[in-house]
Amino acid sequence: MIDLTTQYMKLALKNPLVASASPLTESVDNLRRLEDSGIAAVVLPSLFEEQLMLESVLLDQDLSRGADEFAEAITYLPNLESYNTGPEGYLGLIHRAKQAVAIPVIASLNGTTPGGWIRYAREMEQAGADAIELNLYSIETDPHKSSEAVEDRYCELVHQVKAGLQIPVAVKLSPFFSSMVHVARRLDNAGADALVLFNRFYQADFDIENLEAAPRLVLSDPCELPLRLHWVAILYGSVRPSLAITGGVHRAEDVVKCMMAGAQVAMMTSALLQNGVRYPHRILDDLVRWMTEHEYESIQQMRGSMSYRAVPNPGAFERNNYMKMLSSYALRVR
Amino acid sequence: MTKAMAIVDGNEAAASVAYRLSEVIAIYPITPSSPMGELADQWMVEGRKNNWGAVPQVVEMQSEGGAAGALHGALQAGSLATTFTASQGLLLMIPNMYKIAGELTPAVIHVAARSVATHALSIFGDHSDVMAARQTGFALLASGSVQEAHDLAAIAHASTLEARVPFLHFFDGFRTSHEVNNLFLLSDEDLRAMIDGQAVRHHRERALRPDRPVLRGTAQNPDVFFQAREACNAFYLACPTIVQGVMDRFASQTGRSYHLFDYAGAPDAERVMIVMGSAVGPAEETVEWLNAHGEKVGLLKVRLFRPFAVQALMNALPRTTRAVAVLDRTKEPGSVGEPLYLDVVVSLAEAGRNLRVIGGRYGLSSKEFNPAMIKAVFDELRSSAPRNHFTIGIHDDVTHTSLEYDPAFSTERPDTVRAVFYGLGSDGTVGANKNSIKIIGKQAGKYAQAYFVYDSKKAGSLTVSHLRFGPQPIRSSYLIDKANFIGCHQFPFLERMDVLSRAVPGASVLLNVPFAPAEVWNHLPRKFQQQVIEKRLRVFVIDAYAVARDSGMGRRINTIMQTCFFAISGILPPADAIAAIKKAIEQTYGNRGEAVLKRNFDAVDQALAHLFEMQIPDRVTAAFDILPPVPPSAPEFVRNVLGEIVAGRGDDLPVSALPPDGTFPTGTAKWEKRNIAQEIPVWDEQLCIQCGKCVLVCPHAVIRAKVYDSSLLANAPLSFKIAKPRWREFQDLRYTLQVSPEDCTGCALCVEICPAKSKSEAKHKAINMAPQAPLREPENKNWDFFLSIPEFDRSRLSHSQVKDVQLLEPLMEFSGACAGCGETPYIKLLTQLFGDRLLVANATGCSSIYGGNLPTTPYTTNASGCGPAWSNSLFEDNAEFGLGMRLATDQQTAYARHLVAKFADPIGGELARAILEADQSQESGVAAQRERVMELKRQLAAMDTNDARDLLAVAGSLVRKSVWIVGGDGWAYDIGFGGLDHVLATGANVNLLVLDTEVYSNTGGQMSKATPRGAVAKFAMGGKRTVKKDLAMEAISYGDVYVACVAMGGGDTHTVKAFREAEAYNGPSLIIAYSHCIAHGYDMVFGMNQQKAAVLSGYWPLMRYNPALNLEGKNPFQLDSKPPSIPLKDYVYQEARYTILARTNPEAAAQLLREAQEDVQRRWRVYENRASMPGSGAGNGRRLEDISQKPEGVAAGEPEGGAK
Repeated sequence: MIDLTTQYMKLALKNPLVASASPLTESVDNLRRLEDSGIAAVVLPSLFEEQLMLESVLLDQDLSRGADEFAEAITYLPNLESYNTGPEGYLGLIHRAKQAVAIPVIASLNGTTPGGWIRYAREMEQAGADAIELNLYSIETDPHKSSEAVEDRYCELVHQVKAGLQIPVAVKLSPFFSSMVHVARRLDNAGADALVLFNRFYQADFDIENLEAAPRLVLSDPCELPLRLHWVAILYGSVRPSLAITGGVHRAEDVVKCMMAGAQVAMMTSALLQNGVRYPHRILDDLVRWMTEHEYESIQQMRGSMSYRAVPNPGAFERNNYMKMLSSYALRVR
Repeated sequence: MTKAMAIVDGNEAAASVAYRLSEVIAIYPITPSSPMGELADQWMVEGRKNNWGAVPQVVEMQSEGGAAGALHGALQAGSLATTFTASQGLLLMIPNMYKIAGELTPAVIHVAARSVATHALSIFGDHSDVMAARQTGFALLASGSVQEAHDLAAIAHASTLEARVPFLHFFDGFRTSHEVNNLFLLSDEDLRAMIDGQAVRHHRERALRPDRPVLRGTAQNPDVFFQAREACNAFYLACPTIVQGVMDRFASQTGRSYHLFDYAGAPDAERVMIVMGSAVGPAEETVEWLNAHGEKVGLLKVRLFRPFAVQALMNALPRTTRAVAVLDRTKEPGSVGEPLYLDVVVSLAEAGRNLRVIGGRYGLSSKEFNPAMIKAVFDELRSSAPRNHFTIGIHDDVTHTSLEYDPAFSTERPDTVRAVFYGLGSDGTVGANKNSIKIIGKQAGKYAQAYFVYDSKKAGSLTVSHLRFGPQPIRSSYLIDKANFIGCHQFPFLERMDVLSRAVPGASVLLNVPFAPAEVWNHLPRKFQQQVIEKRLRVFVIDAYAVARDSGMGRRINTIMQTCFFAISGILPPADAIAAIKKAIEQTYGNRGEAVLKRNFDAVDQALAHLFEMQIPDRVTAAFDILPPVPPSAPEFVRNVLGEIVAGRGDDLPVSALPPDGTFPTGTAKWEKRNIAQEIPVWDEQLCIQCGKCVLVCPHAVIRAKVYDSSLLANAPLSFKIAKPRWREFQDLRYTLQVSPEDCTGCALCVEICPAKSKSEAKHKAINMAPQAPLREPENKNWDFFLSIPEFDRSRLSHSQVKDVQLLEPLMEFSGACAGCGETPYIKLLTQLFGDRLLVANATGCSSIYGGNLPTTPYTTNASGCGPAWSNSLFEDNAEFGLGMRLATDQQTAYARHLVAKFADPIGGELARAILEADQSQESGVAAQRERVMELKRQLAAMDTNDARDLLAVAGSLVRKSVWIVGGDGWAYDIGFGGLDHVLATGANVNLLVLDTEVYSNTGGQMSKATPRGAVAKFAMGGKRTVKKDLAMEAISYGDVYVACVAMGGGDTHTVKAFREAEAYNGPSLIIAYSHCIAHGYDMVFGMNQQKAAVLSGYWPLMRYNPALNLEGKNPFQLDSKPPSIPLKDYVYQEARYTILARTNPEAAAQLLREAQEDVQRRWRVYENRASMPGSGAGNGRRLEDISQKPEGVAAGEPEGGAK
């Protein structure tokens, strides 16, 4: 019997396959189906504090527009008792998810203000989340803000959020750090229980007919996986937090690669969106088949086996783009 | 005894009781009573229970007639039922009121009394509506204050059950319905104590029930009807005693005592005034003042007007009374006197009391009625021959009915603080003042009152808030004209109006200024500076917009100014005031999220640090003064009458200044430069492709295009922009796109629709918004020059191309519609295409308000003096009204043709033949006919016969007329549907334009049958559960009605084509035009984008059904938009009317969205099937152009010559 179990932070998972945050995990029915198809844990879509704030302001504008301007129409929309402008909807989702599935439910948070990060994280814990993934997603456009200041802020946030929680905290990162290992080490010191590599986020695409820039999210494909493998392989063994790969995981072979690089879990979104919530079944079947064919007994056995520390040619992780990969014999030199 | 206190307005005061004492509430929105129905609906949705532990059923009907019918039915079936209404709404209820009263059915109708439309519509308060119902058999009970609206509502409900006479409980529209004042609340226990359970049971026992059947509503014959009618007398005779008994029970329960007639004043008064309604407050104030100054006067307040209790009146009137003045807030032309006066005269005569009685009219349409006027009436009573049938409060220089009064007289108490605030509707001043008055009124020992005066325009509207507070209850139901505090929240107002005229010496003034404190003085007009010095005013300034910007509040300065007001007035210690303001903010905006609260709190915290008191110089230094309301070049009537109204001096106009029949000149909006845009569009002539879309969508006709000869540019201002026309045929001419800077509302629809973008900077378009202030002067000069350029020759343009339509002169301009309005572009297009031959019948609603609300109105004329002739009859009858216009026009044409034939000799056979045989199917033909008719008139003028004079009177009808019946969805889908349906069925050549905003926009967004499934609206707070009515298919079912569904943002050429086809079709036409609206809950700059999304989603399929195609053997049904390409969700979830349901009830929203998506698909399938059906084949052998025997047949879509 092949042992697929893995330990992600404090969570004991039946296999390394986790559904990452996406519109799929917004529906409790989908969560049920994902659990039925073998997924080991789910990450709910992110609660964006900025979105809550923006929606609050826009709602106020919508309800205020035209009000008290004309004697016949003091208002234009009915005044409802509550508009659920806070995190209640999200907390309700956590609650319903916990009722619906037995697998761990990881809440995801993208804050804006220090107070918001801490408060919402606590409320998520109280709502029953098994862990929290901090979605450290910010796009810095201020030319006066240094990378160090950004990293300081991230670490301080992780520290503050951790201080108020019992449940583990994962930190989801973007790949755009000058010194990824250093950042990982700092987040480790700040108390992160896991690092999730990497965020994929909306980037503006150009509509050249209408000369407009519109945010667009394209689904991932397997060619995005190597970047994740690269950094997990480097980080494996050098930091305490669990490692998770998200982005580019589409097949059982990809899961194997994630594990070999040193990840505790492999997270999927695009493949689920493309293939449906039953897809994990197939991945897991393929995973077992592959492991059987290659005579692996457990996930644990392969974890980190291809990491920076474990490969015979770590130079592959260090060199820049040489002009010709095929002739780069130097890659093989220790 | 109850002591719970609240601060509410009169509508809420009455509705709170009515709701708790009713089981069925049938309503229909009408100003100023709408809030009563809205509150009832809200409470129902919130699950509030009535006094019997059930949640009442609130149902919105299709009209007040419908509401009265439902009320009647509910009563007959044994429920306790009520309704709320006003004005025309009450008139529509009258037939049922006779029935309800005739059947001795306990019921209460609560009325916010409002003027009935006569020479003009007015939404304001007087008693003409309730007086029109006084003969129905309903008892009439009058409240004069917010407290009384609450108390007498309960007394009405209790009395009707015991008396079996139905009650109409009324209070003055706006003055009481919208006044905010302190109120001792009636608890549920109080109400229980008031209602006789036995009477309720008796009412239920009389109900129609199959297990104990009876029959009502018989038809009776001459033998018995009369006797049966007299059989109710005993109930009416008993009613006053029952009411007094209920009032006495109320007094013992609450401590507040009422009588059928309440007397106040000197027990030995010689002169007594008799009034009812809100006038009793100032009258009582005046009586107290006069008696304190040695006079002996009294006031008789009428509570129960019907049944009129003669003996009670006699008992209440002091025996010492020698002269009585009876004041009516209504006018009955041709009567001996107004109703209350007549009743008092008859009562005194029957009682044998020989007193001097005079009657007078006051306060029509919320006209001020204040102590100065009341004193004048008492003074008149003292004269040896007091004037009877007088008016007070106006200057009647025609029939000389008015009494003089001294405006300086005042009874204001020195311990009452009086504050007046001038704000913009959009800056939140009114909302903040509502909160302020609640904060103050909740302090121990403080009484407070607030009243708000709104603008007649919807865009950039001025609001004036009148706040009083002090240690005594406030009865002063009139505007403040002696203020201790003046707040002006918008600096530009200072150049438009004299905001200090109300300031008393020593008053404090708070200004929101866009300058540093030291710079402010030099920007103040001369009159302002003068008054500051002479009245020794203290002036405080703050740059509130800077504070608002820094705290993320945008342009909402309300809480900032509110904080300053509290700080300056010292009503509360600063810390307490700030805490109270924040608490009020939390109560008002708490449900909108934390970010909103935080921003408001930040603004409050920042305010005082930016508040400064000005050092006042000792002399006037300003070289400029307040601008005249209209320029000196305006016509005399505009200068002398409309300009005075614009300036806020309409109250001072004498009777002779005003047209006696409600007829006004058109083309007056252009004289009122409102100057309300912060930013205006600026044209980049290099980039512009001259597509005309900006001109087409501009709701206020402030962007115009002209093509003209370059020789006309000789005197052009230097900054006047020109471009080479992008028409092949006009290459030698010049093109200009010009904006009117002082008429623009800054809505930016034009910029959003502009398709031309810079190749080097994508955000830069061919038209871009820029700050107005530096552009105002140069662009004004450019605008004036632009207007001096002659209009382009219409015959050289293709009227079916948007690009060419931009060059057609709009004959509707600068209306008071909301900035970014989705309706007005359609009407403007109508006037561009057919304006010079247009008759408009306009249903009451937004389009009648921005189309016809004084002071200035938007319909105008071309250089020949031709333009739309416009009228509004009612809300419910518009289709019929327009049909009447068509019939009259056709009839006069027939008569004129008969006379022309008769006159063939004297006028010349050639002219007569040309006139009679004229082909007016094309616009050029219409123009030629107009020339012939002018020649005819010239000749007729020289003839001295009756036939010649008769023909002269109707000669104009020989030129083809286009009758358009315009209104909103409330009219077309609901209240006017019966008429609309009938007019469509007549086959008459009329065109109906439905400006479909999918709610009652003008009255504040109530659900209509056009409201789509899933949208939240008033009376559909949980999202509308049923599908929108497919009015197009209903009309198509007739087969011979031209029908089009258009959306300018989804297909502008399609819109133009549909308008032209509709007008060309010689039969009834119906255009349903998607109109984005402020009530949809999003920034209207995106209005056209939303229209496009509506079309792309398939929600609003563009279609035309042209019966004329039948004759060509073609399928008349044409589906003009492509199959749905985006999900409905992508369209609807851009609008708050949908998203607030997704927030509050996501499950219901998801379900309704699914159903609405199915609606779209189902409708699309039906339309697609209809469009794909084959036509009848070869037709009847006639081609389309052959059938246009009548002059109306302009073939659709065909250019009329010129540029193609």
